[in-house]
Amino acid sequence: MSLLEIKNLHANVAGREILKGIDLAIEAGEVHAIMGPNGSGKSTLAQVLSGRDLYQVTGGEVIYNGKDLLEMPPEDRAREGIFMAFQYPVEIPGVSNLYFLKAALNAIRKHQNLPDLDAMDFLALVKEKMALMEMDQSLLNRAVNTGFSGGEKKRNEIFQMAVLEPKLAILDETDSGLDIDALKVVAAGVNALRGRDRAMIVVTHYQRLLNYIVPDFVHVLAEGRIVKSGGKELALELEESGYAEMVETA
Amino acid sequence: MIDGIREEARRRFADLGFPTTHDEDWRFTSVVPISRTHFESSGAGTLPVAVSKAAPGVHITKLSESAVEPYLARYAGYQNNAFVALNTANFTDGLFIHIAKGAVIEEPIEIVFESSANGHPTVSHPRVLIVAEPDSQATIVERYAGSGGAYLSNAVTEIVAGDHSVIDHYKLQTESARAFHVATLQVQLGRDTNFRSHSLSFGGALVRNDVNAVLSEGSECTLNGLYLVAGEQHIDNHTTIDHAKPHAASHELYKGILAGHSSAVFNGKILVRKDAQKTDAKQTNKNLVLSEDAVINTKPELQILADDVRCTHGATIGQLDPEGIFYLQSRGIGFADARNLLIYAFARDIVDRIKVASLRDQLENLLLEKLHGTRP
Repeated sequence: MSLLEIKNLHANVAGREILKGIDLAIEAGEVHAIMGPNGSGKSTLAQVLSGRDLYQVTGGEVIYNGKDLLEMPPEDRAREGIFMAFQYPVEIPGVSNLYFLKAALNAIRKHQNLPDLDAMDFLALVKEKMALMEMDQSLLNRAVNTGFSGGEKKRNEIFQMAVLEPKLAILDETDSGLDIDALKVVAAGVNALRGRDRAMIVVTHYQRLLNYIVPDFVHVLAEGRIVKSGGKELALELEESGYAEMVETA
Repeated sequence: MIDGIREEARRRFADLGFPTTHDEDWRFTSVVPISRTHFESSGAGTLPVAVSKAAPGVHITKLSESAVEPYLARYAGYQNNAFVALNTANFTDGLFIHIAKGAVIEEPIEIVFESSANGHPTVSHPRVLIVAEPDSQATIVERYAGSGGAYLSNAVTEIVAGDHSVIDHYKLQTESARAFHVATLQVQLGRDTNFRSHSLSFGGALVRNDVNAVLSEGSECTLNGLYLVAGEQHIDNHTTIDHAKPHAASHELYKGILAGHSSAVFNGKILVRKDAQKTDAKQTNKNLVLSEDAVINTKPELQILADDVRCTHGATIGQLDPEGIFYLQSRGIGFADARNLLIYAFARDIVDRIKVASLRDQLENLLLEKLHGTRP
């Protein structure tokens, strides 16, 4: 049984069909890149998987870990091990990063019938993961993403992922807006989290990120469908020929 | 002397009558539920049920046993405010807090007024006079609470803050669900005085708070407020900051959370008099509206007669950010907790400004308790 199985998934936003029948199976330990031009439905797929209610699923099914994912509210998906790194992380004034992360981790632990992590252990965990992301510890006491630079926000996403240790991580255009140094840090953080039990979906417009996070599989999404799948070399092909050709020949 | 003022206030109330929504200051607050109710006066609620122990430098006595003529009813004007007139005509006793010159009082001075009505509606007229002599420093916490059916708590507090004094005033209002609460806080600031007011309002069916401060040269005045209303509650906060003299600063931040069919009014008046040059005044009112049925009326009222001043004001009315809720949910935090966390975050900068730890804790609990009872 696959960790994630998407079958003939259709989804609308504001009455317009964006996903027009997606089929995709992902096993634990695999990294899948989803590439495609703007408007192809990449981000919609990421958002639908994480449970954003702006999108209406109109057909198909998604089985995650043997369960009907589409039946679950977003918080249950997170508690079951799904994590989406947002393309545009949300600013939450008045809630410190530390408090937020502790609330999140303990909600997930509660779901797993584990006791709350005590303050000392939590702080130790957080510091270890911050070092991994080369993040300044002062960010812990600042309000979530509030006044963070674009790079700090993206690092904060991967930092949260490192603390929450999901089974399935979805990175939605995590490379957008990052300079090459920040990109390397983010990619190193992601790579440190690769493992046999963890699958990843890396949504990106550009091949550049995939030089640093090397996928096992690459899928090309166009007009709401996967038009081509292959190994990591497919990303390089795309880089040379561009989306237009690939979409036409599909 | 007091009897003379009392008689004058009685006549004044007879002339004024209860305000109506034709009065500009009461445009959005109808007191018909109060004027149509026949209240019986009750001994309860006149004197506080609890007063913290006096410390060296603080004298707390009954008004009736104190030499208060130079101060009492000299500041809270009853000429144009019917409820102040009503209080002044009817209060039977009250509390006098005197802080000696140069005294620094570490522990907050706490007073608790409690009302209750079983059967007939009752009325009480709590009255407090606080005189802080020059160079003194103190924190005063007033709590107004109650239980049972409809009652009116009509309170007046006057504060005379001497030159160079530093006074923090907190008022926590948790009247019962059917209560009427009308209160005026009138503050006279001395030269280079630092005064901070924190008005925290949670209870009552119909609530009107007036906070008025008159500034002197170099004084600094901070007015913070937090109101949380739900169900059919109505709250009206009127503030007036009178920059009577030059070189004074005022900072005002009132935040409101509205749920259910509740309604709220904020009216912030800033008066900068002709010779109050170099005035620095900032006013902000922010509202978080949780329901489509809740109504907020917010209005700044600036009268600036001096020319070398800095005055800013702003008001916002917003809803909870669905993106924020989703973001928290996507990390495993349940919907209700996510919503409450964002509401709490909205109130947080007011909570953080509260220096009295016990009050801050109580406020956190009150917020959470009340939020649990509200629906999106």
